[in-house]
Amino acid sequence: MPTVKEILSTMDYGPAPESDTHVKAWLDQHADGFRHFIGGAFVPSSDGTVFEVFNPARDTLLAKVATGTGQDIDAAVRAARAAFPAWSASPGHVRARYLYALARQIQKRERFLAVLETLDNGKSIRETRDIDVPLVARHFYHHAGWAQLLDSEFPGHTALGVCGQIIPWNFPLLMLAWKIAPALAAGNTVVLKPAEFTPLTALAFAEICSEIGLPRGVVNIVSGDGATGAALVEHPEVNKIAFTGSTEVGRIIRKATAGSGKKLSLELGGKSPFIIFEDADLDAAVEGVVDAIWFNQGQVCCAGSRLLVQEGVRDRFLMKLRRRMDTLRVGDPLDKSVDMGAIVAPVQLERIRALVEQGVSEGGTLWQSAGHLPAKGSFFPPSIFIDVEPAATVCEVEIFGPVAVMMSFRTPDEAVQLANHSRYGLAATIWLENINRALETAAKLKAGVIWINSTNLFDAGAAFGGYRESGFGREGGREGLIEYLAPAFLKPSASGAPAFKRAASAPVVPTPVATAFQAGEPHIDRTAKLYIGGKQTRPDSGYSYAVHGTKGETIGLAGLGSRKDIRNAVEAAAKASAWSSASAHNRAQVLYYIAENFAARAPEFKARLQALGHSQAEANAEVETAVRRMFFYAGYADKYDGRVHATKARHLTVALHEAFGVVGIVCPEASPLLAFVSLVMPAIAMGNRVVVVPSTLCPLLATDFYQILDTSDVPGGVVNIVTGERAELSKTLADHDEVAALWFAGPQAEVEAAERSSAGNLKYVWAIPGETMDWGADEAGQGVTYLRQATQIKTIWVPYGE
Amino acid sequence: MTSQTQILQKEPAPPITALTAASHNGTLRIMIKPSKSKSKSGKSAADAAASVQAAPPISSALSLVANPHGSAFPRATGCKLNLDWFESIQVNATAAETRAATLTTRRTVKKEYQAAWLVRALQCVDLTTLAGDDTPGRVHRLAAKARRPLREDIVAALGLAETPPKVGAVCVYPTMVGPAVRALQGSGIPVASVATGFPTGLTPLPQRLAEIKYAVDMGAGEIDIVINRAHVFSQDWSALYDETCAMREACGAAHMKAILATGDLKTLRNVYKASMVAMMGGADFIKTSTGKEDVNATLPVSLIMLRALRDFGDYTGQMIGFKPAGGLRTAKDALNWLILMKEELGLRWMQPDLFRIGASTMLSDIERQLEHYVTGRYAATTHHALA
Repeated sequence: MPTVKEILSTMDYGPAPESDTHVKAWLDQHADGFRHFIGGAFVPSSDGTVFEVFNPARDTLLAKVATGTGQDIDAAVRAARAAFPAWSASPGHVRARYLYALARQIQKRERFLAVLETLDNGKSIRETRDIDVPLVARHFYHHAGWAQLLDSEFPGHTALGVCGQIIPWNFPLLMLAWKIAPALAAGNTVVLKPAEFTPLTALAFAEICSEIGLPRGVVNIVSGDGATGAALVEHPEVNKIAFTGSTEVGRIIRKATAGSGKKLSLELGGKSPFIIFEDADLDAAVEGVVDAIWFNQGQVCCAGSRLLVQEGVRDRFLMKLRRRMDTLRVGDPLDKSVDMGAIVAPVQLERIRALVEQGVSEGGTLWQSAGHLPAKGSFFPPSIFIDVEPAATVCEVEIFGPVAVMMSFRTPDEAVQLANHSRYGLAATIWLENINRALETAAKLKAGVIWINSTNLFDAGAAFGGYRESGFGREGGREGLIEYLAPAFLKPSASGAPAFKRAASAPVVPTPVATAFQAGEPHIDRTAKLYIGGKQTRPDSGYSYAVHGTKGETIGLAGLGSRKDIRNAVEAAAKASAWSSASAHNRAQVLYYIAENFAARAPEFKARLQALGHSQAEANAEVETAVRRMFFYAGYADKYDGRVHATKARHLTVALHEAFGVVGIVCPEASPLLAFVSLVMPAIAMGNRVVVVPSTLCPLLATDFYQILDTSDVPGGVVNIVTGERAELSKTLADHDEVAALWFAGPQAEVEAAERSSAGNLKYVWAIPGETMDWGADEAGQGVTYLRQATQIKTIWVPYGE
Repeated sequence: MTSQTQILQKEPAPPITALTAASHNGTLRIMIKPSKSKSKSGKSAADAAASVQAAPPISSALSLVANPHGSAFPRATGCKLNLDWFESIQVNATAAETRAATLTTRRTVKKEYQAAWLVRALQCVDLTTLAGDDTPGRVHRLAAKARRPLREDIVAALGLAETPPKVGAVCVYPTMVGPAVRALQGSGIPVASVATGFPTGLTPLPQRLAEIKYAVDMGAGEIDIVINRAHVFSQDWSALYDETCAMREACGAAHMKAILATGDLKTLRNVYKASMVAMMGGADFIKTSTGKEDVNATLPVSLIMLRALRDFGDYTGQMIGFKPAGGLRTAKDALNWLILMKEELGLRWMQPDLFRIGASTMLSDIERQLEHYVTGRYAATTHHALA
């Protein structure tokens, strides 16, 4: 022990360890192994297997934990299913009391949970104590409120059922809270699988559930590995899967759940840009980098890992950053003066090392902080690659470690271009003091969360989640809660029958088609074309196909669209981006104009409907409904606006509703006019550009419609119509990486293929029971749900103060 | 603006040499205390110290600051007014607050380390009395405390009997400089005097300069000047610069601490700019507050001043000290500010030649904490000598 006199010459911090006595005692109590929490009881694995959990900072064994088998998952899902009716039917106030009890109990265990998390995960006690655990308590408080307010805030919505939740190891307890709190508030029951590296706080949480008397089976926790998770994903009785983890596993889950009817939300990887403009407070931005990439050892999905620095301040910024790096302290995470703890496991450490070596071998210049690392345990120093090009591996791949890459840019446009040049879109950070440019940049960035002059801010009241291959669905706040609810009409009805009479399905065959000779003067031939980029175009195949009436007679010909037509249509839609940035009022005007022109030509559409078997009254009603619906979405175009969330003091936290961009719409055979109108109008009202595959058997109502579009000031490329064989066309749409979302309202049998194909770029797929629902009924065919599905949330954090 | 490469090519700050326990005796500090003999000898004591220490060659125009705790360094000279260095500076207030708020949650010192840090804080204290009812008797009592800030049994228990800690300076009004100098005779503790129309700085410039000269003549080794805030509000940097230069000249060999009165300046951008101009004008220290503003030293304000100080060092190679004043009352405050100094500027700036704490009541809390460290029992203030 150094003397006071000696310390006076070094002025070192010295050790400041947080005590782990209580946690050690708790682990000792469970020395015979931790068990699953199923149906309110702690039970061993069905085959008795266990796995070992280590403290990555000391390479010591912490506990043995039951490995979940398929049988364990089945038991847990059954327990959750059994608990669901009573839990979902219990008054919101009752659920609120339970959530409040969870919040309070977590607060009473704050230090215990923080120390346990640090031992299990390796992250610093400063973070678990000041960030993770307080956010966990806050999440349960916030959702106690939602449980109470559910009926008044979400009328017409019901719980989904049993939710399967799979969480990662980087924020073990916090991710548990993000999953369980909203699910319970909405009336669902859950089966949660914690990460294999870090199951202990989840098991401590199970004890808390037991202590507060949460009804049996409402929360079930099954520990295990990837196989355990797969069993949960594949279980037929699960209604929703919520997953946070790697994009790679997200893709597997997307494919595994394709066509299953399971609702899905994915929070995946990122390579988030961190932009420093020349008018930034450079010292503040340096601290931002510390909190971005050296927070939680960089094992953060939204870590600002791609630093983009404007050329004029590059050198000065780097000098400051390098100086700051050397003051970072890496070491025993239980020490209160440590900035960076251990990497979660040796295998992760190896992965980081390998990627860094690759970065060096590809010519990157690597800087690492000067501080020394502990001899034992999985530690890696704060690191940064400078002078790397966007093509380098370390610039593209998510390293998931304390390693940033830095590039420079010349102009704001170039910054946005570099920032958006990624397959991911989780988060972005901007440092600058010019509010105009700040908001302009925030608007242009393709990311679900944007922090201005701050970074890695989280709050239970603000939505978190990504664009693009960073996943879909949101967590936190109102936007996150609705992921655990469904509007009544989307619950597939067992007795659903096609709502529209039509001819027995006829094969789609290329012309020529033999049609009966008609007496009298010949009709003027009228062949429907495709509608791409505002132009009527012949299909690339050069073929048309016959469209039949109710008696099997040919009533017209439609273009036989193919892969290439979809390609052209998507290209046209991608180019029409001005529609997305047009003012909402402008879009409303266009939608009203569509309604005006459509109404003027109502008789034509009514006649077409009658030719397809509608009675006159039915045809009248359908056209009237279509006009009303156009007005509905024209009216909403400038009213479905975002929200300002009450998060931290002096932080403007804005949730914007942004269009996806290019949305593919696959129409059902049912209600070929009304379904088309009901799907296209909300999508374009919100600023999307759409590629529509209309009903295969009755495409003429859609092709008649392009003349309305032509005369209503709809810019070319905003609505593109490709007729033809739905299955083939929708597969191409689902495959297309430029398509950001897909609304699939076709036959249930084709959903699986569409969802499976969507895994390519992880586009969001909204599966609508279009063949069985009543499009004429407003509670099903129209509503805010459509607008919600047409938009994604971008949460922008703007701290203010002078 | 100066090109970035130039900044990067700047010579690094003088290296920190190994510290020795023997250097804690503070004797060298006496040598820089300007005295009336200076005008007679025509050579400052600091110059003498420089020649003795055989420091690396430096411009003959520079004098060396003799330092009882670390290596000597050339005394700051200021520089010409470079508007480019600060006019377009950006300071993000919320980010500064966040950094300040989390600094003290990221670092802590415990046990013997905490004891040592508190001793260091005590060595950095400018023990201050600036009240309308100050008298020579009051100053005398303060000086006694300054000489012996810790009870002897505590000093012994800390293992510091050979080199008992003393405070950094005693800070008084100009008319109290004489009594203070007499009371501190032979202690090696310099007397600091506020001057220039303290606390508002709104008396005419000739009077302000005369006040400095009076305090220096009375034996003050350090002068805490106040800036004219009006020049900041009107962004009249050349006026502020000229006044500061004149004051520095008036100080002569006495060190000049420039009080910015940050509570009046309000914005952190103003704080940064005023810091820069004060340093260009020749301040040896920049100091937050008079203790008389509504808001005195805060961590965010201190953070921004330290960043300015560091930037100034990057541009000029000069080393400037920092003094938070007012609002620091507890031992915990002292530790927080020491953490700030270590994190932002490093070990070299944790020593009394580059860091001072302006405080009057903090000492007694430090004393109580140290007694607790030594005895394991909580202490009563009445068991310690009054300041």
